[in-house]
Amino acid sequence: MISLSQFLVFGAILFSISVAGIFLNRKNVLVLLMAIELMLLAVNVNFIAFSHFLGNINGQVFVFFVLTVAAAEAAIGLAILVTLFRNRRTINVEDLTEMKG
Amino acid sequence: MTLYQFLFYVFASSAVISAIRVVTVKNPVHAALFLVLTFFTTSLTWILMEAEFLGIVLLLVYVGAVMVLFLFVVMMLDINLAPLREGFVRNLPVGVFVALVMVIELGLIVGSHAFGLANYPAPTAAAAGTSNTLALGSVLYTEYVYPFEIAAFILLVSIVSAIALAHRKREGVLYQNIDQQVKVNRDDRIRMVKMVSSTPVVSETGDGKSNSSGEKRRD
Repeated sequence: MISLSQFLVFGAILFSISVAGIFLNRKNVLVLLMAIELMLLAVNVNFIAFSHFLGNINGQVFVFFVLTVAAAEAAIGLAILVTLFRNRRTINVEDLTEMKG
Repeated sequence: MTLYQFLFYVFASSAVISAIRVVTVKNPVHAALFLVLTFFTTSLTWILMEAEFLGIVLLLVYVGAVMVLFLFVVMMLDINLAPLREGFVRNLPVGVFVALVMVIELGLIVGSHAFGLANYPAPTAAAAGTSNTLALGSVLYTEYVYPFEIAAFILLVSIVSAIALAHRKREGVLYQNIDQQVKVNRDDRIRMVKMVSSTPVVSETGDGKSNSSGEKRRD
């Protein structure tokens, strides 16, 4: 059988890949948002693995809430991105320096 | 190797490979499509862990709605890709190093010595007819009903804010002003005219008209 640690390592690998993705695609806001979605997915894998192996349904309820918040975050993030692109014609993070002190 | 293990390794490896492609591929459209594949295979591993409802929800909500939203935005924006790829090679060693260190450290924590089958034996498979949806719903609508309502409110706020951010006023378009329509009162629309209803002059002219029309018809 598959042990709990194998599911947790699977989640850890997904999380690390998304961290590496944030390092690699530092200029593209779109891919940064995708990396954040991937991170939340990795966390959800851990929740469900523990829920399954401990026989406790509460972990799945938390996954439900994380999915809700992640969907809201994606919608607002993409709306901000569209507004940004409409005003500046770019989604390069390096060009967005208006708040720089 | 049992079927369960075989399926887990197939799903997990394809999820990891497609996640790597998400962060390394050049075209954002391809990245979004690989993210769809990652979500799909991960939802299959959730179903292996008897979380059927959430696996289907991940497919319907994420692959069906959020990723389609991503694809819409990617295809709507006319992005010049060349400047966005600058620094990819320069950041590659750092990113890979940090990711490897994180994997090794997390592996030391969650490795089989701590969370292996000896400490956490595999749970027996749920009996046929067990409903994951029923179990989740019976907790969600009783114990977690208040967080559930807060989640609904968060979704409402995100709808309002997404529309408020992305909506723009266009010039030269005719539209209804709902505020004015609602707050209009009777006096704005109706003007009462005082008229004298029964004077002999009015009745006479009325008679005369009917007579003349009658005569014309006879002619």
